Amino acid sequence: MPHDDHDHPHALLPPEPALRVKALETILTRKGLIDPAALDEIIDTYQNKIGPQNGARVVVRAWTDPEFKQTLLQDATRVVAGLGYYGRQGEHMVVVENTPKQHNMVVCTLCSCYPWPLLGIPPSWYKSDAYRARAVREPRKVLAEFGVSLPVETSVRVWDSTAEIRYLVLPMRPEGTEGMSEDDLAALVTRDSMIGTGLPRVPS
Amino acid sequence: MTRVHDMGGRFGDGRVTPEGEDAPVFAEDWHGRALAVTLAAGFLGQWNIDVSRHAREKLSPKDYARFSYYEKWISGLADLLVEKGVLTAEDLSGQGANDPHPLASRVLKAESVSAALAKGGPADRPSNEPVLFEVGQSVRTLHPAANRLVNGGHTRLPIYAAGAEGWILRLHGTHVLPDSNAHGLGEAPEPLYAVVFAASELWADPEHPQDEVVLDLWQSYLEPL
Repeated sequence: MPHDDHDHPHALLPPEPALRVKALETILTRKGLIDPAALDEIIDTYQNKIGPQNGARVVVRAWTDPEFKQTLLQDATRVVAGLGYYGRQGEHMVVVENTPKQHNMVVCTLCSCYPWPLLGIPPSWYKSDAYRARAVREPRKVLAEFGVSLPVETSVRVWDSTAEIRYLVLPMRPEGTEGMSEDDLAALVTRDSMIGTGLPRVPS
Repeated sequence: MTRVHDMGGRFGDGRVTPEGEDAPVFAEDWHGRALAVTLAAGFLGQWNIDVSRHAREKLSPKDYARFSYYEKWISGLADLLVEKGVLTAEDLSGQGANDPHPLASRVLKAESVSAALAKGGPADRPSNEPVLFEVGQSVRTLHPAANRLVNGGHTRLPIYAAGAEGWILRLHGTHVLPDSNAHGLGEAPEPLYAVVFAASELWADPEHPQDEVVLDLWQSYLEPL
């Protein structure tokens, strides 16, 4: 099997990363294997169209509609697809609910798996060695670095995304938000609160 | 047996540096370009997601450790393009021909991007493998954590969870087995479970007696207790 060939072809490209990408794009484009306009479209999709605002809509709906929440926790893939959130890196979704007894936190120690259709492209820290290495072993110390401290009666359950299942955390609805509109509630739902490294904003 | 990407539980990486909710999706323009080139090349259909993950994991440990995230992507992609015969070493050196490529008819066009990304690539498949474990049942993971089909091959059982006792939380259905699919040995779908491990089962000095880690593990990674 083709393992550990120390003659890695990538070394033939320029070492500086931006130039390395540009060189490969140029080679592939000249051969007709890549359409630069398609690259622009992919970048635009993840920069402007798909992001944590999608996940926030799901969370708010779960906060305000108990029946929706029940089906979401049982069959998230189908339920979020029904809202239009499906696609690459979100083909198999599971939503896990935070409670006073249990806090959930998501990581991918082996690479950086993340629910793209609901949260977009992961932030840098999610892809960092420090997060990948430490989230499973010392989640509470990691949470402290995000300014989150949990009561001692709350256990932490860390989800290591080792397969093609993607996890979204359903954070607890903050107190004092009764009667707020869905848009105002959505503004409280942060990206980090849906990964489990943060809590929703508290209304001012 | 191990590769450097398998870093769960490792000491020495320092603090996690959070970034604001409004930080740009791509910190540098080339990050977005690297992601887009990698996705677009994937649509040529010459490999699957397990092959592409393994290509990044096969980077030498020195490269893996010093490369940033998207450098791993673009370098893994370059290696894969040559390994699969899409490009030659001469192409990468800038010495190759610019003739139309036989795969050019498969190029991802701008107008197809939205549909292609929305379509996704589900990993569940029908399987005749009998479901051996039920929810709540105690199991133990294999030890050592290693691909049992290809020495040094791709696997999704992390070292930190090898030989550990846990219990079945959920059956996800039957999914493509990465250990096989990453090496051209077929999809070999089998039952996939969410398995819960007490932190005290995995770590010498767990932070809290009730804390847990859940991993998604294929049936062949597990033994009954």
